[in-house]
Amino acid sequence: MKKRYILPALFAFVLASSCSKDITERNMEFPALQPASLDINAGIWKPILITGPTEFPVPAPIATSSPDYVLQINEIKSFQANMTSTEKNAVKYWSAGAVLRWNEIMRELVAKHNVAPVNNPDGTYPIPSAANPLAYPLFPFANPPYAARAYAYLAAAQYDALVAAWHYKKLYNRAAPYQVDATVNCLIPKSDLPSYPSEDAVVEGAAVEILKLLFPGDQQFIQQKAEEHKRARLIAGANVRSELEAGEALGKSIAQKFVTRARGDRAGATAGNQTLWTQLETDCIIRGEIPWISQESPKRPPMLPAFGKVNPWLFDSLTMVTTIRPAAPPSTSSQQFKDELAEIYNYSIKPTREQIRIAHFWADGVSTYTPPGHWNAVACEDFVKQNFSEVKWARNMGLLNMSLMDAAISCWDAKSFYFNPRPSQMDPRIKTITGLPNFPAYISGHSTFSAAAATILGHIIPARVADYTAMAKEASLSRLYGAIHYRSDCEKGLETGNKVGAYAIARARTDGAE
Amino acid sequence: MKHLLKKIISGLFLLLLINPVIAQTDIDGVMMEKGAFCVGPMYGHSSWKNYWEGTLKRDNANLGTVSTTMYNIMGNYGITNKLNVLFGLPYVKTKASAGQLKGMKGIQDLSLWIKWKAYSKKIGQGRLSLFAIGGYSLPSSDYTSDFLPMSIGLESKNISVRGMVDYQRGSLFATVSGAYIRRSNIEIDRTAYYTTEMHYSNKVEMPDAASFNVRAGYRNKGAYAELVLDNWTTLGGFDITRNNMPFPSNKMNATRIGFNGKYPMPFIPQLSVVGNVFTTIAGRNLGQINSFGAGLFYVLDLSKKEKKDTKTL
Repeated sequence: MKKRYILPALFAFVLASSCSKDITERNMEFPALQPASLDINAGIWKPILITGPTEFPVPAPIATSSPDYVLQINEIKSFQANMTSTEKNAVKYWSAGAVLRWNEIMRELVAKHNVAPVNNPDGTYPIPSAANPLAYPLFPFANPPYAARAYAYLAAAQYDALVAAWHYKKLYNRAAPYQVDATVNCLIPKSDLPSYPSEDAVVEGAAVEILKLLFPGDQQFIQQKAEEHKRARLIAGANVRSELEAGEALGKSIAQKFVTRARGDRAGATAGNQTLWTQLETDCIIRGEIPWISQESPKRPPMLPAFGKVNPWLFDSLTMVTTIRPAAPPSTSSQQFKDELAEIYNYSIKPTREQIRIAHFWADGVSTYTPPGHWNAVACEDFVKQNFSEVKWARNMGLLNMSLMDAAISCWDAKSFYFNPRPSQMDPRIKTITGLPNFPAYISGHSTFSAAAATILGHIIPARVADYTAMAKEASLSRLYGAIHYRSDCEKGLETGNKVGAYAIARARTDGAE
Repeated sequence: MKHLLKKIISGLFLLLLINPVIAQTDIDGVMMEKGAFCVGPMYGHSSWKNYWEGTLKRDNANLGTVSTTMYNIMGNYGITNKLNVLFGLPYVKTKASAGQLKGMKGIQDLSLWIKWKAYSKKIGQGRLSLFAIGGYSLPSSDYTSDFLPMSIGLESKNISVRGMVDYQRGSLFATVSGAYIRRSNIEIDRTAYYTTEMHYSNKVEMPDAASFNVRAGYRNKGAYAELVLDNWTTLGGFDITRNNMPFPSNKMNATRIGFNGKYPMPFIPQLSVVGNVFTTIAGRNLGQINSFGAGLFYVLDLSKKEKKDTKTL
């Protein structure tokens, strides 16, 4: 080799280094929302908490001939004349859909907060405090039950708020700014949906109120998103300021009703205390079974053991205990238990690459949006292809997330009621392919969440039923491959999730949206 | 013979480097002669109990001590006296002494280097040499990078360019080098992940890195004994937040000091024993690694013409 080849070769290295590393993220590719139907009669759809669409009145809009309206039109024009590329990107980003984007924002907050606090020097664990969210341990610890509840309140509040908004849209029938004044540009797909009150601001207002309650330490981030959202609607020519203000006020008022429910849904006491933790253990021993023991060091109290007591959406707590709670798991002294334990030991010894992939694909553990968030991501990526109206989006996200929260409640009820040990507790040779959750095994949360989500999503998009069922099955099996659950946990989890999902379907059939 | 073995064993130190700092025999000022091929196995062991979570140093009772065992095949061939190609291919196995996480194992990354002695001149009573080294590494199996700290590697394909200055006077030498490492994006088994914000992709952008290395000591007739100071700095990336798990695109930094030696067997000069020990004196988002390693290298003469002198690495 001659010297003259060496320099070009080294030069090629450097050149190769200048290639772009930019990554295209799927959610940035979503097209602008173009609803197939306006769902103009959605004002009569069955709400979740509000008594009816007029419980929170929305005053009539100002006349389009009024000087104030003209000022607001001019505001849009001045924004459009001085648009920056950042603003252009914001218009494109928010045009994909308000319910979609606020769901994504919540997923991001969940992932940020999904980290368990480190132990105190004395071996105890601090509990995050909503009153002091920015002091360590940061509030909240957005674990799967917390996240399921957060997604549900966000979606449910947005749905009720949009039902009311649709009522007033039809009532006042206000044309969009670009229809009132032809010189206003419309930077997103045009729509004949009446623009007062703004559906985007309704969604944003509801989201801000719910997020204020659930992620109190992230107000600056949330406010910045809210401002960007509203501004994007102005710049897009989609709303004048008074339409946004009316929408935001409506969203906030209706969300308050959900905040009140959240304050009283018993979630505040779900962490339990030493008395409860000991009692769960003792009850299990009295039944003749080996109780769950934390495998963490130092031993950590079980995650939200009283979450099974939280008020569900789709049925009442008594129904849950009598018709949804699964039968007892195989006794820890039974042959079936020994066989199932041996099966997990075998999975743990030599996982295939494909089993590792599946275990990690569905793990949704520390620092992720959790399994409920994963199913929200799945749903959103399918919903963007369905061209739902915002109100239909909210209705479907509401059904999905009420199912997921009720799945969490049902699953955690079984976990605490049976307090069944994990495989690695019963056979210390078992090492796990994914993080070992710090709560009892029976029933699998991933299986319960996934079946509940797959059931209601299959109802919403029937063409995908087989896919959703297969995904739920894989998510369930991922916990066997991860060597953290027995087969019974997974199978009964799927059954339980299916039952929860069926309640959501029953609601869907009667809410007036089909 | 017993005395010699003792001497060798006591002098066994090894080159095993850490993730993401890969084994680097390319960084020294020694060249193979034309036609000579030096190849051999190396064993390495590294472990850490304390680690840096961002800049906070801590231990973790749910990991205990995390150890890595490495079996490496390394080689160096002299295309000319001034141009060498080198390779390394390690098998890596990880294990945590506490907690539930299962260790991982597999063939890690194949590394290739081209090393060019671009300039050499007598200056005063010593000799100054300048080198340019280009490197490339890529995963040689479908291992999982997104399971730190148990992963066996970070999965990125790396291109590196290193400049190196070596000065030798008598049997004493000093070598200084610096490299820029361009790292490719990686693909993980998840469809979304959080760094300091949410990402909806299975692709992860890996920040580039810089590496600096200073070594000095004794070097004569194929034997050497040197002290090494080594720094790896990730140019970008993010910190592990409190009690969070590590992620491949973390800002992983490490400064290590160590001793590295090579000793040709007196009666079989083609065969050399190498060894090293390293300890980490500063770091970020990495374990405070202590490592040792040992290996054997054998020099084959692949050139056609007879050579009088025995070649050594």
